[in-house]
Amino acid sequence: MPGIWIITEHKEGKFKKITYELLSQGKRIKEKTGEEVCALVLGLNMESLATLLGPYGADKVYLLDDEILKSYANESYAQAITGLARTFTPSILLGGATAQGKDLLPRVATRLGTGLATDCINIDIEDKGLLKITRPIYAGKLLMETTIPQSEPQMAMLRPNVVEILPQDGSKKAEIIKSKPDLKKEDLKSVLKEVLKGESKKIDVTEAKIIISGGRGIKAKENFKILEDLADAFGEGTAVGASRAAVDSGFALHDIQVGQTGKVVNPTLYIACGISGAIQHLAGMSTSKYIVAINKDPDAPIFQKADYGIVGDLFEVVPLLTQEVKKLRAEG
Amino acid sequence: MNIVVCLKQVPDTESKIVLNPDSTDILTEGIKWVMNPYDEYAVEEGLKIKEKFGGKVTILSLGPERSIEAIRTALAMGADEGVLLNDPALEGSDSYATALVLSKALNQIGYDIILTGKQAVDLDCSQVYAGLAEFLNLPYVSVIVGLELFPDQKKAIAKRETEGGEKELIEVSLPAIFACQKDLNIPRYTSLPGIMKAKKKEIKKPGLADLGLKPEEVGEAGSKLKKGKYFLPPQRKAGMKIEGEIPEATAKLVRLLREEAKII
Repeated sequence: MPGIWIITEHKEGKFKKITYELLSQGKRIKEKTGEEVCALVLGLNMESLATLLGPYGADKVYLLDDEILKSYANESYAQAITGLARTFTPSILLGGATAQGKDLLPRVATRLGTGLATDCINIDIEDKGLLKITRPIYAGKLLMETTIPQSEPQMAMLRPNVVEILPQDGSKKAEIIKSKPDLKKEDLKSVLKEVLKGESKKIDVTEAKIIISGGRGIKAKENFKILEDLADAFGEGTAVGASRAAVDSGFALHDIQVGQTGKVVNPTLYIACGISGAIQHLAGMSTSKYIVAINKDPDAPIFQKADYGIVGDLFEVVPLLTQEVKKLRAEG
Repeated sequence: MNIVVCLKQVPDTESKIVLNPDSTDILTEGIKWVMNPYDEYAVEEGLKIKEKFGGKVTILSLGPERSIEAIRTALAMGADEGVLLNDPALEGSDSYATALVLSKALNQIGYDIILTGKQAVDLDCSQVYAGLAEFLNLPYVSVIVGLELFPDQKKAIAKRETEGGEKELIEVSLPAIFACQKDLNIPRYTSLPGIMKAKKKEIKKPGLADLGLKPEEVGEAGSKLKKGKYFLPPQRKAGMKIEGEIPEATAKLVRLLREEAKII
């Protein structure tokens, strides 16, 4: 009966990609333990969305549909999830290593008295049902293995973009179980007042498939425009990033900073423009599948990590690259 | 106002991290130890709150004896006193055990506002503030880039960074915990008079029994996560520099991205 639980995430009426990655991770664990995969959906008017999860591997969906859960807050969501977990005692509980997951899951883990591994890049399961987790430390300068041997559920936050989404099975339906959270508005100590939309409509660097990143070589804030043009040429799933040097010089905002004191990213393609490759930057992006470096300095350390490099002025190379990418995409 | 800042001493981000021979930890030789960068924002915010509303800023840290240097740095910035939890039994505490221990110390210190960094840049767990909130039954806001206090109404409004440049404004009742992100403020430098004064400020070192804890509740014994091997990530090999004139090289790069990497 105990199951493999995953916490879904949604935004503007759509599940985020991490939800499907978590379901695929859940399915892989199920292949070894046979336990059912259960998805938790929290929000308001989520029932039709919840039916999308069956084909991706959910055997059951626990639907917590309530006005009080309409927008995410760590207090209400933690209360709702721990209430359900105490009743149904899952053996494993997974969430995303995302802004929401990192805010929510530590509170859930502490309340359930169990262990939680942050930012996992590999989750295996051993014969006795023990998760063997690999996670980066020192921003990826090292990796470590960890286990949660003495408490349940074993909890882990999966880093976005590390698990391949398994093909969906259109014939599979999940059983939907509705539940009411035991929550009163007047008991809550925190309340979301307002959401301030960001300047860019682009996705977060941690979720992006392709990142075009600028460093000190970009020289001025306005020049990020040429990186944005390249990002637009690549299309959906592309984000613009920056090195600490670029952020510290005031060329970019910290929320797109890649590196040890910014975000650790894991895209399919990382294009470093005018970035020399300081240790603290490399720590944040060296798990990218492909790295391209564009730099005037042939001795820049970034070339030691790059699959492809062009020694040249980024102001010459990047616009040409944008043209070439557009041309190729137009050809189909 | 009783302001407590929880901080950790970590290797400088420019440090080269080297594995020890049995792959259970890092080699500490040659490491430059500093205050966790995100904790600097927490200290600065604590000092700003004190300047505006009055009160006292206490620095609380769990770690080995050398952590005292990070506490001294915070005291030199202007904090009033320090508490170092360095009982040998605490070694190996995970986020859960650390939060438990800090919560006991916080109960003894007393608090209206608790500030931490959004994560420590060594083990990158990013969990202690939430654990503290749970043990102390307090609200928290993580990854804050703005904070406004209304002490007479016993509330605060924090700006939380989420994803894709989006921010949330969250109102919480006080006392509360805030985990600080870069952009919240600009941490002040320590001054020579500040450093001199810091030498005279008191740093208490309560033991485990003073906190009402038993050795089996803390350290590795009290941890929920069991530490396994450390290892190096697969090393990337330098690839190819595409030679030739820029237009040709760029065209070739795009072809490689399509044909080899299958991206475009």
